[in-house]
Amino acid sequence: MADSGAPKPSSSVKLVLLGEAAVGKSSLVLRFVNNDFQENKEPTIGAAFLTQKCNLPTRTIKFEIWDTAGQERFASLAPMYYRNAQAALVVYDLTKPTSLIKAKHWVAELQRQASPGIVIALVGNKLDLTNDAAGGDGEGAGGDGEGDARKVTTEEAKSYAEEEGLLFFETSAKTGYNVTEVFTAIANAIPETSLKTARGPGASSAAARTEEQRVNLNGPRDPNAKEGCAC
Amino acid sequence: MAPETEEPAVKSNNEAGPGQETQGSAAVPSPSPSPSPPPPPLPPRRKASGEAPLQVGGQLQSKPTTAVSSIDISTLSFPDGTRGTFPTPSVGSGPSSLNSGYGTPTRDSSGDNLTDSMSVMSFAPTIRAPGDLASLVAAEFNRKSRAWNLLRSQSETVQPFEGIEFGDSGELAGFEREFDDIPENMTDDVRLSMWQSKMKHYLILSSAGKPIYSRHGDLSLINSSMGVIQTIISFYEGAKDPLMGFTAGKARFVVLTAGPLYFVAISKLGESDAQLRSQLEALYMQILSTLTLPTLKNIFVHRPSTDLRKPLEGTETLLSSLADSFTKGSPSALLGALECLKLRKSQRHAINNIFLKNRTDKLLYGLIVAGGKLVSVIRPRKHSLHPSDLQLIFNMLFESGSIKSGGGESWIPICLPAFNNSGYLYMYVSFFDDDNNDTQHPPTTPSQSSPSPPPTNNTPPESPQEIALILISPDRESFFPFSSLRTSLYNSLTKSGHLSLIRQSLSSPRPSISSILPSPSPSPSNSPSPISHFIYKSRPNVQFVMSSLQPLFVSPIARRKLMSQYQSLHAAMHAKHSHLKVIYSVGEDCASLGWVTPLFEFYCVAGPNVSRQAMTEAANKVVKWVGREEGRVFIIGGGVF
Ligand SMILES: Nc1nc2c(ncn2[C@@H]2O[C@H](COP(=O)(O)OP(=O)(O)O)[C@@H](O)[C@H]2O)c(=O)[nH]1
Ligand SMILES: [Mg+2]
Repeated sequence: MADSGAPKPSSSVKLVLLGEAAVGKSSLVLRFVNNDFQENKEPTIGAAFLTQKCNLPTRTIKFEIWDTAGQERFASLAPMYYRNAQAALVVYDLTKPTSLIKAKHWVAELQRQASPGIVIALVGNKLDLTNDAAGGDGEGAGGDGEGDARKVTTEEAKSYAEEEGLLFFETSAKTGYNVTEVFTAIANAIPETSLKTARGPGASSAAARTEEQRVNLNGPRDPNAKEGCAC
Repeated sequence: MAPETEEPAVKSNNEAGPGQETQGSAAVPSPSPSPSPPPPPLPPRRKASGEAPLQVGGQLQSKPTTAVSSIDISTLSFPDGTRGTFPTPSVGSGPSSLNSGYGTPTRDSSGDNLTDSMSVMSFAPTIRAPGDLASLVAAEFNRKSRAWNLLRSQSETVQPFEGIEFGDSGELAGFEREFDDIPENMTDDVRLSMWQSKMKHYLILSSAGKPIYSRHGDLSLINSSMGVIQTIISFYEGAKDPLMGFTAGKARFVVLTAGPLYFVAISKLGESDAQLRSQLEALYMQILSTLTLPTLKNIFVHRPSTDLRKPLEGTETLLSSLADSFTKGSPSALLGALECLKLRKSQRHAINNIFLKNRTDKLLYGLIVAGGKLVSVIRPRKHSLHPSDLQLIFNMLFESGSIKSGGGESWIPICLPAFNNSGYLYMYVSFFDDDNNDTQHPPTTPSQSSPSPPPTNNTPPESPQEIALILISPDRESFFPFSSLRTSLYNSLTKSGHLSLIRQSLSSPRPSISSILPSPSPSPSNSPSPISHFIYKSRPNVQFVMSSLQPLFVSPIARRKLMSQYQSLHAAMHAKHSHLKVIYSVGEDCASLGWVTPLFEFYCVAGPNVSRQAMTEAANKVVKWVGREEGRVFIIGGGVF
């Protein structure tokens, strides 16, 4: 973890999770924020707002996360959550092909309606249900007895992500595989210029703005840094 | 919800057995020498004709709460331009009548209701339902074997439901498994018999016969049962004589038709039809709260064969937790009233004021709720809150894990059907929870990370201990103002010490009978409290207070038995044409007393050997105690702006 002796500049990033119900959005957030997993998680109602800090070598990113419910009846509310978002995590379940179709719809909607600079990550979740060594990670849930539950190939999703200029990850909220990586990658991909900097919720926006400038000038981040988030 | 609007047409007076005491006029249990002021006379009975049609989404079960008097709710404009006025139900399309408590499919052709002159048996030509009040009163309450009499004479201190301890759960055998899932990996025969062994079922289907929800068993398992039920219901619909309920074996079937939906309750637990129907109404309200009434109607106007499961996706857990609270036995649902956290009047006043001081612009209602008990309410003078709406909110927050388990702050579009069934409000929810949210809201935030947050404890205590802040607005953009309201309110309440006061009160149990009725003799072991449990509902405040369930009524079966007693008393007192003010009944395993005045409803349960006199004396003492404690156990008025 980073040396916390000298306070690093801290910026907040608004992030929204979108995707079909039950693909594991809330589970990814729960893993990222609390390093926890619940086997039979009850569906999200409405939307949940959570925050989590992520330490980069040169700065701290405070994610302000909107975890949306994903059910159809809430679709019309989605713009409220992605409107000012700097990043979006569009999640599908790689054992369920229809969820990728839904994910593509979300990507298209974001590209049309969200702020132009938005960083989008496409995330295929529930990797632990496949035979891939990476996701099995000890628990080997679906891998051992029941064979491979994967229905969406890495290649298919990856090539789509490349076409659309999205970050791409396959994760398991259950084992934690690749979860921090998604958020770290997003933190690293947010253009410096769009980072609002603040020393905490108390900081006035004016102070934040001046600080932002200072950071922009003096705090170039190390692109090679591979440092985990604060969890 | 209180089944007050639908009352069984059984006159309990006529069925009174030898052990049963009914009093038509004396409002105070007679043997009491109590000098307490005689409660005012009974309020006028509801007129039968006035309540015939069930207004879809609007039949209010009881008055709005937390208002000193029931204030007419006036108009509220919604951001989309719609306006809501309540409590007058706005749209009435429900064809069904709620009046027949035990109605098998007969109503007299005038459209009027069951009348006194008809006998119970004429309505229930089949086997008597377990929910049949007459059978409860006449047979079970009063059947005394010689052995029982002997036992009674030997022991004055038999506790209620002692049989449970000796493994005799009676009708409730198997109740521990009531909430277990029906496993998928068994043969259909096994699964079907497990399904049949459940004591309570709730089914929801569209009038076109499409299954929507079943508490037990996946829909494929029970598809054929759904079909049968739909056929039966629609058979009677065709005859312009809607089916209200019927009995098969030990199970009572009750049907509620609401708009395009059929709701069916199947119960072996002995509720009255009115009570079951009010449970079904609560499920309907839950659906409205998800969809709003116009949306629900639209869906079926355009495509009558729509599968409603998709639009309702994600709310099955809410329906189930609601259903389960009825099956476990919920005083709040039975009485249509809320419970408050006990606080000194001055403390509650101070909390209200802090709340009011922090309030923001677009706030419609603000509530602090601790473990399902109301702590503080702030509201505009013009708008009251309705218990049935609060029931839905409390269910979502405290009974189902949907919001609790998510962590963070929630922003939920919700329709509060009793308030306005045609539009959404937006509800902010955050828990004042030490190890969860508050780490995300440190009062001052030095930017600092927690490298490894402690594993959160996911096993909640037996009764929910969470303190929730609920802020409701008609404006969907209010989240961030509310989030800062939360921070400042949290800080103020922490600094003033009120948050720890709330926690303290929350962790102390409900009042015990022995603390309310101190034993007169120096050695309490010789003279146990005459009563074992009570519930007191304040009718003007639409709130209730009850004694601790410890130690006798903690197990699910004992609790269920207790609630069944209250249900029977409640049904008897609220039977449409009953003029009961006091009812006393003795059964093999307990004695119970109900007492209703315009100011309160009081119910208590005692061991089977407790004399009527001892019970009525105790009842009087408890009522006096509530009078003294009224400012602490009830919210009177609340914070108004
Ligand atoms: N095997 C497995 N199950 C998962 C994973 N992530 C979520 N789930 C399960 O999938 C279900 C839906 O998850 P949830 O987070 O509520 O999905 P959401 O509706 O997208 O928020 C829950 O039962 C989770 O336990 C995962 O990575 N692996
Ligand atoms: Mg979710």
